[in-house]
Amino acid sequence: MDSVIALVGKDFVLSAADTANARSVIVMKDDVDKILELDSHKTLAMGGEPGDFVQFTEYIQKNLHLYEFQTGLQLSTHAVANFIRGELARLIREAPVLTNLLLGGYDSVSGPSLYYIDYLGTLEKLDYTAQGYASFFILGTLDRYYQKDITLDEGIELMKRCIHQLSKRFVINQKNFIFKVVDKDGVRQINFE
Amino acid sequence: MARRYDSRTTIFSPEGRLYQVEYAMEAISHAGAAVGVLSQEGVVLAAEKKIISKLLETSKSTEKMYAIDRHLACAVAGITADANILIGRARITAQRYFYTYQEPIPVEQLVQRLCDLKQGYTQFGGLRPFGVSFLFAGWDRHYGFQLYQSDPSGNYGGWKATAIGANSTAAQSILKTDYQDDISLKDALKLTVKVLGKTMDSAQLTSEKLEFATLSFVKPELLQFHQLSTEELNSLLQESGYATTTAEEA
Repeated sequence: MDSVIALVGKDFVLSAADTANARSVIVMKDDVDKILELDSHKTLAMGGEPGDFVQFTEYIQKNLHLYEFQTGLQLSTHAVANFIRGELARLIREAPVLTNLLLGGYDSVSGPSLYYIDYLGTLEKLDYTAQGYASFFILGTLDRYYQKDITLDEGIELMKRCIHQLSKRFVINQKNFIFKVVDKDGVRQINFE
Repeated sequence: MARRYDSRTTIFSPEGRLYQVEYAMEAISHAGAAVGVLSQEGVVLAAEKKIISKLLETSKSTEKMYAIDRHLACAVAGITADANILIGRARITAQRYFYTYQEPIPVEQLVQRLCDLKQGYTQFGGLRPFGVSFLFAGWDRHYGFQLYQSDPSGNYGGWKATAIGANSTAAQSILKTDYQDDISLKDALKLTVKVLGKTMDSAQLTSEKLEFATLSFVKPELLQFHQLSTEELNSLLQESGYATTTAEEA
């Protein structure tokens, strides 16, 4: 039910996630932050089973922090993506974690990059994508309007267009979205309205 | 006095020493020398072979130099059998890291893990320490070319130039005088030859007694650990003023 969308721009990665925690017909919480800041230059947008995705993503975050303290280095987005994938691929046959993720990061190796990771351990590096029901509705929109090297303002407009699509066609009313950007200066939240 | 405190690795002497560790280092000081020199263009590793026989298949056996991963190699001084175990572990460590992160292991991390392993043998288990010192040469995107030395205690340090094994103190002092920060790879090779020539016990430097290798970018994007062939070694020795004998010495 969670909608998570992300795209790669000229020198940033923009992620958006809805903010509802709902079970059956009840919205339990409507201001959930589903975009975790893994480290100074990485965001992990999550969807799926509420307990699972918090548990797992915090586990990843703590492991990354440990690595930083042990080595004095920060892992690249590519390395983190593969680490996360490896854990999910192992867990699917041991103790499945129902979480789907979009990892966005900025590093000196590859600039801005986005990775799609699902609960089975699927890993794909992409320019734009979505998780959850949102993907049924807005991948077409992104196909139509996304361009490489999109600017941040254009990216935000495109995201708004996607969210508008959802409000028009998706039966579940997702009023609120959180936007976060990663670029060379780090992670920040974008607020408007 | 020492006799009471040296039979177990896991205890201190009254003066606060770990005798087994010191004895391991003593074993290494009798082993064939190994020298490492760091340049911005690459790292040179060279070593003196102790086992020389006409019957040895030299092209197929190497007792001093080993590749650990594509971006990491080492030279060994000490008990070869001990070294082989540790090199095996180092290779596994490097591949495990790559399996997890899909990236080559940063050089210092590999050295640290190996050293943590060696340290364990000085603190618990009742097993003797490994009688090996290593010179690690590697490259990673964080710190470029690096040279590390580690010993049986599990200590390690980063070096610009260093030597281990027989006559290493003498070698080290020559390196101290002659090394320069902006040394080229070619000059690093020559410096290594000079150091070995002055500190090795044997009268003459011949290619059979030596193993030489470089870790460098032979092409942009192509990092290579290259062990010099007999011909290359001979021409290097000749350039450095050592006459090469083609006659075999048993």
